[in-house]
Amino acid sequence: MARMKFVCDSERCIECNGCVTACKNENEVPWGVNRRRVVTLNDGVPGEKSISVACMHCSDAPCMAVCPVNCFYRTDEGVVLHDKDVCIGCGYCSYACPFGAPQFPSQGAFGVRGKMDKCTFCAGGPEANGSQAEFEKYGRNRLAEGKLPACAEMCSTKALLAGDGDVVAEIFRTRVVQRGKGAEVWGWGTAYGSQKAGKAPDAGAKS
Amino acid sequence: MSKHIVLIAAAIALLSACGEKPQTVGSPKSDAPAYTGTVSGFAAPGWKAGDKTAWEQQLKARQQNSQNDYSRMN
Repeated sequence: MARMKFVCDSERCIECNGCVTACKNENEVPWGVNRRRVVTLNDGVPGEKSISVACMHCSDAPCMAVCPVNCFYRTDEGVVLHDKDVCIGCGYCSYACPFGAPQFPSQGAFGVRGKMDKCTFCAGGPEANGSQAEFEKYGRNRLAEGKLPACAEMCSTKALLAGDGDVVAEIFRTRVVQRGKGAEVWGWGTAYGSQKAGKAPDAGAKS
Repeated sequence: MSKHIVLIAAAIALLSACGEKPQTVGSPKSDAPAYTGTVSGFAAPGWKAGDKTAWEQQLKARQQNSQNDYSRMN
């Protein structure tokens, strides 16, 4: 059984924002909503690193846990999706998400929040696969077309890896062995669990 | 008399807002699995819609071909 995961190789990301553009274009994401964005750590400092961030489709997704109307569901492949017909736009998921993935389009006066929008791993939503209704609400369903998310397929340096977690991990491991550095995977432990996840930090450890 | 009727009608109209409607937690609609294919007409060739194993193999092959430069170079 495939378990879909994202990995961003910070040794390769050149902050070109190609993934952001690909996502915007493929899913026709409205103005003001960014399902994916590139974040630069230690910007301007020698050795700065850039990473592409979106919904990581966590194994134990906090957004699912806090949603008061139970609009989230997880597919057999581990992709976390939501039903916009059930979402009430409360924003709890936005506060719970460690990656800042949930986005809210501003509608009307006074900044009223609309339905939540986020990365779908290019897997659409609870409408007929490939239908117009699915595209208008959730964007393109590339998984049902036998394709990978547009952001990863468009990445020029192949920094952003997406797909079956085992294959993604194997590709990344090969790279680390070949170059002998850059084994740190930002967000992997938070999203998919690690030995340290949920445990108190070691004595004397800096936060 | 007619004044009373109007008042009663207004009171009923105002009190109707106090009526309780059932508030049940909804659940998402069912979603067809990705391996069942799409009606979009843009499906990648090389796998058959509805065949889960073929779909998984298609995605794995696509990962290796498009994302693993070591396997492409060697």
